[in-house]
Amino acid sequence: MRHWVFGAALVAALGVVPLVTSSEFWLTFFLMALLFALLGQSWNVLGGYGGQFSFGHALFFGLGAYATGILQVRHGVPAWPAAIAAIAIAAAVGAALGALVFRYRLRGSYFALVTLAFAEVARILVASFDYTGSGFGILIALAPGAGNFQFADRRVFYWLAWALVCLGCLVALWLERSRFGARLIAIRENEAAAQALGIDPLRTKTLALALSGAIAGVAGVLYMQIFLFADSHIAFGPTMSVEALLAPIIGGLGTAFGPLLGAILLHALGELARHATGGAPGLNLVLYGVLLIVMLRFLPDGITGLARRRARG
Amino acid sequence: MLEAEGIVKRFGGLVAVAGASLRVGRGEIVALIGPNGAGKTTLFSIVSGFETPDEGSVRFDGAEIAGLPPHAIAARGLVRTFQIVQPFAGLSVRENIAVGAHLHEASRRRALAAAEEVAARVGLADRLDQPAQALTIAGRKRLELARALATRPKLLLLDEVMAGLNPTEIDAIVAVVRAIRDSGITILLIEHVMEAVTRLAERVYVLSQGRIIAEGPPASVIANPAVIEAYLGHGAAARLEGASHA
Ligand SMILES: Nc1ncnc2c1ncn2[C@@H]1O[C@H](COP(=O)(O)OP(=O)(O)OP(=O)(O)O)[C@@H](O)[C@H]1O
Ligand SMILES: [Mg+2]
Repeated sequence: MRHWVFGAALVAALGVVPLVTSSEFWLTFFLMALLFALLGQSWNVLGGYGGQFSFGHALFFGLGAYATGILQVRHGVPAWPAAIAAIAIAAAVGAALGALVFRYRLRGSYFALVTLAFAEVARILVASFDYTGSGFGILIALAPGAGNFQFADRRVFYWLAWALVCLGCLVALWLERSRFGARLIAIRENEAAAQALGIDPLRTKTLALALSGAIAGVAGVLYMQIFLFADSHIAFGPTMSVEALLAPIIGGLGTAFGPLLGAILLHALGELARHATGGAPGLNLVLYGVLLIVMLRFLPDGITGLARRRARG
Repeated sequence: MLEAEGIVKRFGGLVAVAGASLRVGRGEIVALIGPNGAGKTTLFSIVSGFETPDEGSVRFDGAEIAGLPPHAIAARGLVRTFQIVQPFAGLSVRENIAVGAHLHEASRRRALAAAEEVAARVGLADRLDQPAQALTIAGRKRLELARALATRPKLLLLDEVMAGLNPTEIDAIVAVVRAIRDSGITILLIEHVMEAVTRLAERVYVLSQGRIIAEGPPASVIANPAVIEAYLGHGAAARLEGASHA
């Protein structure tokens, strides 16, 4: 109960950030943290609640970003319908990938490797064709206006991201209180026992991957509309996949507010490291690697898990 | 209600089940006994869809179910428990049982309420909020039973729910199983505790090396020389006979 209150307080505090600061730095800092909290929540749906650890969530983030960009730039689709379509595409690819890999009962490190492989193949493919921007990437023309899903005022994006993070937390809370969530968690805890009680693991995990893909797609769309640019390395690269999984692992797997907490801490650390070293390239991945090892070794259930243990005494 | 006919299951060169057949009628308590490695659990796994038989058919309520996935068979009302208990370790007892209740209950609130009722039936009422991993072995066996029961099955397959329990605990489970049957659920159980078998079962099948070697009421099956040999080794029946004459 206490962590629930803490989570709600954290969300509320983030909601007023633009009111208490006009610093471009802090607004961008928290906006990025929210974006990665959303991506982290996407990973958390499948990994935290469903126990299926993906190493390739950049695939869905990238699909969201690229699909909305390509639809607008190449096909002249207006920004909002393009966004909806991009999210649907990310969800559909999640469903198709789930139906494929879960049918062959890929679990644990096999599942992680296959998702990584799919994301890498997507990254290479996207970089190979002019239609997908080849080596350059996708650039959306600057045209501020609500109809174009472009806002000159950064605070609008900030509150939009914040509202979507709230929605993500609600999805997680729904998982904790619904039959679908109970089935997903049962599969995480013991798949054979879940099956014996009438749960269809293929269907449940596939739906979870579709839901997860949709949420990551939302994050990708939002990223694209904020920066109006993405290339294959940013959108489909392994760094994105690692950020997706680190936030919930740091914050607390299978908890509603863990990804948000984790994303803020992760980005604070990332900024600190960048300042301390003057931004050496590749350093963030080293930092992530060390963090991952430390977390899994000492705090497997994340900060939220630590807080819960403290609360129990 | 359940008819398994000519079931064969091979694991590589090993024939775990070698043409076994059994029937369970509505409302019965039937026991499946046999020495270690006889193929009892494998037969359960086939009936419940966790393994596909190499030969033979399984009919439940008149419909062929061999080859259906486990969840589809469970949804039809045939639910198994595991000999090696498989709790959802990170969840509470209440949440564990609610997973079973969710098979026919979409509402979370009603599934949790049903879990409480079922817990009371199997004697777990005072453990509802404990994590499943904190239960003793007797508690975990009850939890296996409770989760299966919460799915509101027609036929319950119980795989050694009394193994590792002390006599008092066995008495308690025997009473629970009987109450379950009296509530209208048919039961097929694997059991090594012979006392429980004789107290509970109306009919007994004896499986040895993958074959059914005897079938009938508990008393007659236990006296059957072929059964004694299966348990104690070749010639055992004759030796016992000789000993009792001497
Ligand atoms: N998945 C498997 N792969 C290979 N061999 C198996 C498998 N499952 C069971 N066996 C073998 O099949 C035989 C029958 O095993 P089973 O578990 O059905 O016996 P059981 O009658 O339940 O024994 P127990 O009383 O010890 O539980 C054993 O020799 C066992 O080693
Ligand atoms: Mg067995």
